[in-house]
Amino acid sequence: MSTIVSLPNQEEAQLPKLSYLNSEYGLKSWLLTADHKRIAMLYLISITFFFFIGGAFAGMIRLELLTPLPDLVASDTYNKLFTMHGIIMVFLFLVPSVPATVGNFVIPIMVGAKDLAFPKINLLSWYLYVAGACFLLYALFNGGVDTGWTFTTPLSTHYVNTHVITGAMGVFIAGFSSIFTGLNFIVTIHRMRCPGMTWFRLPLFCWSNYAASLLMVLGTPVLAITLVLVMLERAVGIGVFDPTKGGDPLLFQHLFWFYSHPAVYIMILPGMGVISEVISTFSRKRVFGYTAVAFSSVAIAVFGFFVWAHHMFIMGVSNYSALVFSLLTMLVAVPSAIKIFNWAATLYKGSITFETPMLYAFGFMGLFTIGGLTGVFLGSLGMDIHLTETYFIVAHFHFVMVGGMLMAYLSGVHFWWPKMTGRMYPESMSQLAAVTTFIGFILTFFPQFIVGYLGMPRRYHAYPPEFQVLNVLSTAGATVLGIGYLLPMLYMPWSLKYGKIAGSNPWQATGLEWQIQSPPLTENFVDIPIMDHEAYDYDWLAHKTEHEVTTVG
Amino acid sequence: MDSQAIVTGHADPHEGHEEHPAYLRHHFVTVEQQRETASFGMWLFLLTEIMFFGGLFMAYLLYRNWYYDAFVASSNTLGIGLGTTNTGVLILSSFTMAMGVYSAETRNRKGLLTSLSLTICLGLVFLGIKTIEYHDKYTEHHIPGASFSVEDFVHPTDKRDVPLAPDMAQHAQLFFFLYFAMTGMHALHMIIGISILFVLLYQAYHGAYIDGHTSTIDNFGLYWHFVDIVWIFLFPLLYLISRHPLK
Repeated sequence: MSTIVSLPNQEEAQLPKLSYLNSEYGLKSWLLTADHKRIAMLYLISITFFFFIGGAFAGMIRLELLTPLPDLVASDTYNKLFTMHGIIMVFLFLVPSVPATVGNFVIPIMVGAKDLAFPKINLLSWYLYVAGACFLLYALFNGGVDTGWTFTTPLSTHYVNTHVITGAMGVFIAGFSSIFTGLNFIVTIHRMRCPGMTWFRLPLFCWSNYAASLLMVLGTPVLAITLVLVMLERAVGIGVFDPTKGGDPLLFQHLFWFYSHPAVYIMILPGMGVISEVISTFSRKRVFGYTAVAFSSVAIAVFGFFVWAHHMFIMGVSNYSALVFSLLTMLVAVPSAIKIFNWAATLYKGSITFETPMLYAFGFMGLFTIGGLTGVFLGSLGMDIHLTETYFIVAHFHFVMVGGMLMAYLSGVHFWWPKMTGRMYPESMSQLAAVTTFIGFILTFFPQFIVGYLGMPRRYHAYPPEFQVLNVLSTAGATVLGIGYLLPMLYMPWSLKYGKIAGSNPWQATGLEWQIQSPPLTENFVDIPIMDHEAYDYDWLAHKTEHEVTTVG
Repeated sequence: MDSQAIVTGHADPHEGHEEHPAYLRHHFVTVEQQRETASFGMWLFLLTEIMFFGGLFMAYLLYRNWYYDAFVASSNTLGIGLGTTNTGVLILSSFTMAMGVYSAETRNRKGLLTSLSLTICLGLVFLGIKTIEYHDKYTEHHIPGASFSVEDFVHPTDKRDVPLAPDMAQHAQLFFFLYFAMTGMHALHMIIGISILFVLLYQAYHGAYIDGHTSTIDNFGLYWHFVDIVWIFLFPLLYLISRHPLK
């Protein structure tokens, strides 16, 4: 059962004199840092920037769809809008979101290490991210890409005259950034754990990032070589994906989705890790079925590699392989459900409080469940023929990626904000933001399930007038959602200066990162810690706090 | 309140009193940990390389099955003598690289310098022979594109009078594209490897890697052997299998 934990009195908290934020000053000390915490902050700034660029495209898409007629932008421009929205959101925001910011910051501390295994490679991966992003920005300012984020051949290689090569180059380079991040995490979790930190004492956040890193390391190189082939095909016409020269466009689909389906789990798994931490902390209970949750992350990663062809059911793959891939797709629902049920069981009889990270986590659980269940609809062959390439699929993956992952990301950023900056975000404002986001999200994407089921295709900017009511609802929701995302943009920077001082453990959480000062020292720990208790051991924490009070008092 | 409250204790009562070698990075506790970490990272990196080449191997195997005749006839035109020599050169360079690792471990500076230099030379010989092969392709009009020609192809069923299939030229271009992509990607890895070797040689000349800190040499050795092994797969796939005697 849950342990009664009283939150510390924040009136007495003071900012530490020395921390990673003030150990060095100047732009150079940030741009050449090897400190995982500073690199995490660099990532936080860059992905926030690209989130708002991607979000602006989404806003324009929704504005165009307000009316049935194509009256705001031309068809070509509309194609570019949804392509750039997809590319930026997937490769520059979702893939690096939790791992590169929150993960970079807390994973070394969670395992009790002074840094990631390869600090310079960690910095290199940020530079690769920036370089890839520059290519994409260059493509963007010169007219964009209009192939859809999937670079589908032969459209991308033969039929469009936009900046496909530049765009693909950007994704190629950004891909190496995620390979290096994944590699760093795997090696760190294997080799940098402090004494006593066994695999089953690791916080579940580490487990889920480990599973996502496996996918990054094994999947992303395949995307890289595929994009190289697309670029060569477009530049010199090599014929590998060109049916007129004996090549096979379906091979492109296989290679592309071999990465891009696991990429979905690269995006969602770290978010699930955040939810495990947050649910446990604000229920003051150990995560129910720790081992099952840990292994379900690995199971999702393993199954994730064998389901890619479910993106290709209508592309002429054989019926038998479609059948097998459909079955395997259903299997992914099992570990996902294990997680949802275990989180629900963790809440049961916990002493729950409703701080902002918890509100976002509740949002995640509800929206991810809907997104996941509609994934089962799409995984079944008959339904897929009807629903694929409609707004149903758009709603499905936005429920998982935005309703799931973005909620988890915001939950994580709020949860670890006091640790990162030493200051609290304003609680009531952020609760308002969390609720606004949830309402805005439902209003935006729920109508899309209906309009998709009724047959509105995706990627079209004109539609029959009878769909207008649902589209107007969706656009209205997008506006609310936009406000929900802008609020943290305003109060988070505000809190850097005016937020209440957090103290080392404002949530009374049990992870190692909460036992050191906020913000941490550059080397994280004065002495390498010894892990002498299980993860999420609130009795240990209560005992420790009690003991401290008596020594101090 | 508890800004100094660390989860407590010293990892090792002797820590802080021990002498650490200069090459131990600040975030590692022991030299052993640093070495294991670096080697683990290298193996993972090689895994990503396998997946990277895997995409090309996948494409090659698929089209080889589809266009068997064209692929066999094209494969037949590759210079098997040069290819075999290159295989030998590369295996030899792996041996000299292994000797380099051994010399570093036994703190033999002269041996290390010799082995690294030999490895560089053999790598350059490989690239040189590869350039000759590429040039042959150019003179034989076997580079995919407008001037591609299958005039000197032989029908794979051993009968000289049997005409080539009409789509032979098209599918043979697929073979040659994949040939250039795969050997080119391999050559790119060789060039990167040789560049790193020059740096290592320079550092070794100034006395590095013979003080017990061998993990950079070890891990580069792994990379070099990996590039070698890729060739060991490329050579039979491109040159050897289903090769027929007519030429």
